[in-house]
Amino acid sequence: MTLPEHGQLKAPAGAEGNGRGRTPVPFFACVSLTLAFMMAFSVGSGSVRILPGEILRILLSGGDGSAASDIVLLIRAPRVLSAAVFGGALALSGYLLQIFFGNPIAGPFVLGISSGAKTAVALVMIVLLGSYRQVPSAVLVLAAFAGSAAATGFIILVSRRVRHMASLLVAGIMSGYLCSAVTEFLITFADDADIVNLHAWSEGSFAGMTMDGVKTGALICGAGFLLSVLLAKPIGAYQMGERYARSVGVNIRFFRAALILVSGMLSACVTAFAGPVSFIGIAVPFLTRRILKTQEPLVLIPAVVLAGAAACVACDLIARTAFAPLELYIGTVTSLFGAPVVIFMLVTRRREAG
Amino acid sequence: MSKAGDRTAYTVTLSDVSAGYGGEPKIRRITLTLQPGRITVLIGPNGAGKSTILRTIAGELPASAGAVLIGSAPVASIPGRELARRVSVTTTERPDTGYMTCFDVAAAGRYPYTGAFGRLSAEDREKVAEALRTVRAEEISGRLFMEVSDGQKQNVLLARAICQETPVMLLDEPASYLDIRSKLSLLGALSAHARRYGTCVVLSMHETDLAERIADFAVCVKDGEILSSGVPAEIFRQEIIEPLYGLPEGSYDPLSGTCEFRGAEGKPELFLISSGGRGVPVMRELQRRGIPFAAGILFENDADLPYAKRLAAKVFTAAPFRDIPEETAAAALDAMEACGRVITTEDPENAPVQAQVASLIRAAEDRGILKSMEELW
Repeated sequence: MTLPEHGQLKAPAGAEGNGRGRTPVPFFACVSLTLAFMMAFSVGSGSVRILPGEILRILLSGGDGSAASDIVLLIRAPRVLSAAVFGGALALSGYLLQIFFGNPIAGPFVLGISSGAKTAVALVMIVLLGSYRQVPSAVLVLAAFAGSAAATGFIILVSRRVRHMASLLVAGIMSGYLCSAVTEFLITFADDADIVNLHAWSEGSFAGMTMDGVKTGALICGAGFLLSVLLAKPIGAYQMGERYARSVGVNIRFFRAALILVSGMLSACVTAFAGPVSFIGIAVPFLTRRILKTQEPLVLIPAVVLAGAAACVACDLIARTAFAPLELYIGTVTSLFGAPVVIFMLVTRRREAG
Repeated sequence: MSKAGDRTAYTVTLSDVSAGYGGEPKIRRITLTLQPGRITVLIGPNGAGKSTILRTIAGELPASAGAVLIGSAPVASIPGRELARRVSVTTTERPDTGYMTCFDVAAAGRYPYTGAFGRLSAEDREKVAEALRTVRAEEISGRLFMEVSDGQKQNVLLARAICQETPVMLLDEPASYLDIRSKLSLLGALSAHARRYGTCVVLSMHETDLAERIADFAVCVKDGEILSSGVPAEIFRQEIIEPLYGLPEGSYDPLSGTCEFRGAEGKPELFLISSGGRGVPVMRELQRRGIPFAAGILFENDADLPYAKRLAAKVFTAAPFRDIPEETAAAALDAMEACGRVITTEDPENAPVQAQVASLIRAAEDRGILKSMEELW
C-alpha cells in the first residue's frame, strides 16, 4: 500500500540539514558593531562634545573629577548603558510573550503589561515619596513586577475566553488605557514637587539613570537572559503547539509559568527604571526573525537581546539629539518606528503565515 | 542518557475508563485492550469521543474513573519524559511553525532524547532523516513546513512521531483533509512502520473504506461508549456500520466499504439490462437524475447486483449457473413494457450474453423501446 510521494527518491545533496535559516554570524557581527559604534557616539555627543579618545581615557582611568569625566561617568554612560540593557530586556520579554501566546503580535506594551507595571510604580512612588525622600529601586522593581503580574493575569484570563488574537490585542490596549488613566489621575492629584519627575518617567525615559541603577537592572535582566537560555529547549518544542510539546515530554504547566514569570520580570524591571517603552518588545523580535529566517531559540534569544539593545540605544540617541537642546521621550521615538512595524505585521500576517 | 527508543512491546489497557471536560464525562466506561504490533482504528460519528479516548490514553486528559495502563504502569504515574519515550501523539492541528523546515518539525520528535539545550547529535539527525525517508518526505526536508501541501505536512508530522521511537503511537484523524493518494501514502508508511517495529498503533478515522483496509482491529465508538469491537471482518458489516453512523438501512455497502445514496423511488420509468459491473455508472447517473428504474435480469453473483439492490426501484434476479425460470423472464418482460424505455450495457453482437437476457434485449429492439445512452442523456 505504499505509493511514492514523489517521482524520484534520490535526495538532493544537503537536503537533510536544517540549513534553511541563514547563518547568524554576520547578523551578530553587524549588530554588535553598530551597537558599539552608537554607544560610543551617544556618549560623545550632546551639548558638550567629547572625542572618542577622551572617552576611552576617562573610562580607563575611572574618572578624574573633571567636568568631562563627570558628564561621561555620571550622566551619559549610565544612560547609554541602561538603554542597551533595558532595550535587550524588552525585546526578550516580548519574544517570550510571543512564544507564550503562540503569536508574533504580542508584547509587554501592546498587551497592557507595561502599563500595569507603570500604575503600580506610580502608586508606590506617590505613597512613599510623601514620607521618604528616595524610594529604593528594589521597591520600585517589586511594585512594577506586581503591577505587570496583575495585568498579565488579566490578559491570560481574557486569552482563555477569546481565541482571536485581534480581540486579545484590543483587550490589552484597553487595559493599558485604563492603567494609564489611573496613573494620570494619581499624578494630577499628587502635588509633591518630585511628582514632576513622575510624568517624565511615565512617558519612558533613560535620563537620570545612575550607575547603581544600571548595575541592579543589568543583574536582574542578566538573570532573565540566563533563565531564557535554559528554557530554549522547551521553547523550541512549544512553538509547535501545546499538545505536541506535551507529547514530547514538556511539563506544560511549569513551562508556561516559567515563561510568563521571566517575561514579566524583564518588562517589570525595565518599567521600574525607565518607564514603559513602547513597541521594542514586538517590533524587534519580529524583524530579527525575518532577517535571520529561523525559529531556533538558541539563536533568536541572543539575537533579539542584541538587536533590542541596538534599537533602544538608537532611539535614545535620536530622542536626545534630534531636537537638541529639546529632548523627546524615548516612548515617542520607539512608537514612531515601532507602531508602523506592527501595522505592517497585521497587514501582511496572512501571507506571512502561509 | 540512553539515546535509543524504548522498543519494549507495550499493551495499552483501558479498564472501565471515564473521562471528559468539566463535569460531564465525554467517554464512559471504556474497556479496551490494544495489542502491540496491531493497528487499532477507532471509527464512529463526529463528536462520538474518539479524540477523547486518544487524549486519555496519551495522558493529556486524566481519567475520572477507571485506569489507563501503558504496559503495567498507570499512564498518570509515568513521568513526562518517560511517557514521551513510550507514547507519541499526532493531532490534526497544523501549527504555525514560521521558519521551521520540514526537517526541524520532524526533529521535534527527538526532544525526549536530546540534552539540556536540545541540540541534535549526528545520530539524532540520522534518525530524523531515516524517518523522513520512511514517509518519503526526504526531498522536502529543507523546505519550510508552512509551504508544503497538507499531505506532505501530515507525512512530516508522522515522521516526527516515527523518530520519537515510541512503542505506542496515537494518531487523531491522520488522513482527514488529504487527497486519496496522500491518504494511501500516509497509511502505507504507517502500517509498514508498525509491522516492522511491532508498534501499538491507535488511530481515529472517518473513512470507513480505508479503515477496513488498514485496521487489524476496529473499535466502534458512539456517544462516548464502545458499541462493538473486533477484527474488520466482524465490524465492517451493514448491521454494525449503519446503526453506528445512524445511516438509513441499506445504504452502507460492505463490498466497497462506503455509502451509496438511495435510488429514486416510485414507478420505474426505465428498464436497465446490464451485467458485470458495467451497469453501475448508469445506475449512479439515474440516481443523480432522480429517475426510478428497474434492473434485470441479474444473476445473484453479478457485480451489478449489490448496486441495483440499493439504487433500483425494482430488481429481477435469478440463481446463477442455470436457466432463468420462465416466470421471472415473463415478469421482466412485462416490467420492461410498462417502463416503455429500455437501456442496456450489453452488446450481444460482440460479446456473449446469456440466452434469455439476449432475447429480452431483442424483444425491446422489436418493440422499438431500446434506447441508446446518447438518446437518454
